[in-house]
Formats: sequence, C-alpha cells, structure tokens
Amino acid sequence: MKRKIVTVILIAAAFLLQSTVFGRLAFANIRPNLMIVVTASLGFMRGERGGMAVGFLSGLLIDLFWGGLLGFYTLIYTVIGYLNGTFHRMFFDDDIKFPLILIGISDLIYSFVGYMCLFMLRGKFIFTYFLGHVILPELVYTILVTLVLYQIILHVNRRLEAEEQRSASRFV
Amino acid sequence: MKIKNQNRIPSKYVLLILIIICGMLMGAELFTGGHGPLNLIGSYTIIPMQNGISSIGRWMGDLTDNFKTLDELKTENETLQSRLDEMTIDNTRLRQEQYELERLQELYKLDQNYADYEKVGAHVIANNGTNWFNSFTIDKGSNDGIREDMNVLAGSGLVGIVTEVGPAYAQVRAVIDDESNISAMVLSTSDLCMVRGDLKLMNDGRIRFEKLPNNDNKIEVGEQVVTSHISSKFLQGIFIGYISEIEVDSNNLTRSGYITPAVDFNNLQEVLVIISTKQDLVNDSSKDGKEE
Repeated sequence: MKRKIVTVILIAAAFLLQSTVFGRLAFANIRPNLMIVVTASLGFMRGERGGMAVGFLSGLLIDLFWGGLLGFYTLIYTVIGYLNGTFHRMFFDDDIKFPLILIGISDLIYSFVGYMCLFMLRGKFIFTYFLGHVILPELVYTILVTLVLYQIILHVNRRLEAEEQRSASRFV
Repeated sequence: MKIKNQNRIPSKYVLLILIIICGMLMGAELFTGGHGPLNLIGSYTIIPMQNGISSIGRWMGDLTDNFKTLDELKTENETLQSRLDEMTIDNTRLRQEQYELERLQELYKLDQNYADYEKVGAHVIANNGTNWFNSFTIDKGSNDGIREDMNVLAGSGLVGIVTEVGPAYAQVRAVIDDESNISAMVLSTSDLCMVRGDLKLMNDGRIRFEKLPNNDNKIEVGEQVVTSHISSKFLQGIFIGYISEIEVDSNNLTRSGYITPAVDFNNLQEVLVIISTKQDLVNDSSKDGKEE
C-alpha cells in the first residue's frame, strides 16, 4: 500500500515539475522528459508489472493534460514501462551506466514513435530537423537530469524495499 | 505468497489487456469526442497542485520585480509618459473618426460587426510538457463559463483557441502550435490568407502565412494581419501580428511569408478569454434574420 502511494506521489511530482518549473528551465525551448525517467527507472527496479502500472498512470496523465487523443501516450508509456521491466533481472542498483543507457533508449523510442504518429502521418516530413532540434537535445537534457533524478528514485526505492523486508520478517 | 504468485496472470497478458484498453480509449474518443469522467478527476487533483506551484512562481516573479532600481523605473516612467501622450492624441483623433463611423453606419443601417467582445481573465498555470506542441492550461473552466472554441487573447493579440474544457481548467492551443491553422486577412487590403503554426518556427515564436493571392494589392513588411471574416472558429478582426517577410511563390499565383505575432509566447502569464464563440454570433445573426 505504502509503495503504491509513494509511486503515485513520484509520478505526480514529475508531472507537475515538467509542466511548470521545467518550462522555465528549458534550454532552447527543449525540456527534459521526466516522465520517461520515472517510468523507465521504476520499470527496471520493479519488473514488468510495476513498469506497466507506472507507465499506464504517467501516460494517462499526459493524455489528459498535454495530449490530443486519449490513449496514445498511455499506450507508448505502458509499452516502455513493460520493456524496461524485462531488464529487471540485469539490474544492480550500484551501477549507473546501465540505467542511463536504458533511459536513453526509452526516450529515443518515445521520440521516434511520436514523430511517426504525430508528424509524419500528417505529412510533415521534417525528420532531420526533428532529429537535430528536438530528439537529440531532449535526449541529452534528459540524461543530464537523470543523473540527479535517478539517485532520488533509487534512494526512495531502497528505503521502501528495506522497510518492506523489515515488516515481512516481523510477521514471520 | 508463492501460491498467490502462481495464480497471477502472466505479465504478457496484462500488457495485452492494457494495450487493448488504450485502443478502446482511442476509439471511444474518436466517436464521442470527450474524455468524460477522467477530466473531472484530474480537475480536482492535478489542477489545484498546478495552481499552487504557478502562484508560488508568480509571487517569486513579483518579488524579483520589487528589486528593480529606481533609475530603471524612472526611465521606464518617462518612456511610458511619452507613449501616453502619443496615445492620447491618437485617441482623440480616433474618437472623432468613431463618431463619424457610427453616424455613417446609422445612415447605411449597418450592424456593428466587431463591437467589444466580452472577456474573462485567466492565469496560465501549466504548459505542455512535451517538446512537440505548444499548448497550455488556464485556471478557468466550464464552472466559469468557458467553452470549447473560445478565442484567447493576451494584451492586444491572438494567443490561441480553447480545445478542451474541464470543470476548473481549460486547455488552450497556441497559434504557433504545429497543429494550428487560422484563416486570416491582411488588414489594409482585406486579402485572405492561411496562417499556420510550424514546429520549425515555434522556437523563434514566428508563424508562417500562405495562400495570399498575388494580385495588384501591394503588401509590405510591417502590415497587420487579423483573423478573417470567413473563419468558422475565430472571431473577426482579432490582431495576430505583423508581416515580417513576404515573397511571391514559385507558382506566381500566391504569396507567402512570415508573421511576427503580437504576443510573446515565452512569457505568457495572464490571458483573456472571449466568452462568445463565432458559432454563437452566427446563430444569433441567423435568428435575427429570420425574425425580420
């Protein structure tokens, strides 16, 4: 129960930060993608189910407040959460390179799918511009933010797991 | 614990179920065109939080403004004073013309087409968090009489249009957004053109206009562009911006170029929502026509 509440708070905090504070901290009108960081990192920390749940919730928030068609971002984020969850077995929490790579790849997948569905299908073939001015800057900025944000998420997750183990051993 | 785990559905199937739910959501929205109860939930959970954060931001902005030096304020005051003088002179001249216009309109029995539209002020509380589109959330919704397709202004210029309404918030799509498309006209010649936002220009805060007929009317850089009388969603005569570049297209039939909007989209804090839509006006005038 506590885990669920903390997760929802994490997602809501990332969402609020991205739509308010990071609007002011944007470099060249590019802001980092905090929702991807939260979805991907909780995904490989908690496995497929956890990742899917987090992705579903983040995507739903984005659809409601930023998106056009309800369900579009939900779908992308759910799948990204699931894919990251499949790497749960390879995850050791003292290594930062592996999460960085996974989060980077997740952001790339998100951007490419977004370009194809939201721009290419409307006849806007501006891929090179999009790659240079949106996808790559977003990737770099997201990875920079990950270096800080990931530590926070990791810390929260460790605390939660330690607490759950303690209460589990108490009952046994 | 282990027995419980064995009875769980494999996560592959959960993924499949969620994907189907997403597909159904998209389908439902295509057919009904609304978010339904989810909007209501968001309106009472996320919106108050966004409100709080943005009001803290506003308060801090005010605080930094207080530290402006006396010199800065003095020079600003001087320039404003001279602007005010100019405006007063302009205003008297315009008022004279206004009286004349009213008299002539009475003579010709013309309706006043674009009288002062009634407006409601609202705060911008959040932006679009993606890097692809330019829309924002305002803190007024259907409880305050906001409806879809209402036009949104800031200062003197057009900002965008309301695309989605919840009880306590509304989504506004900016005119510089990639999906924005407005029928406009050049004020001096009344030639019609299309003003469409573009992702490439979004960062510079510029907009492109197209399909302006290449006729004998001479149109120069710096002329004003306003919303046209044939637009189905935008009220007539709202100022969009000044033409900053214009050139004849290669087909020699049309002209296109760029517009500098009257609004600074990077620092939007307060906006005005016009609380009548074009559709209302059209309905009203058709009713009047029938009565006569």
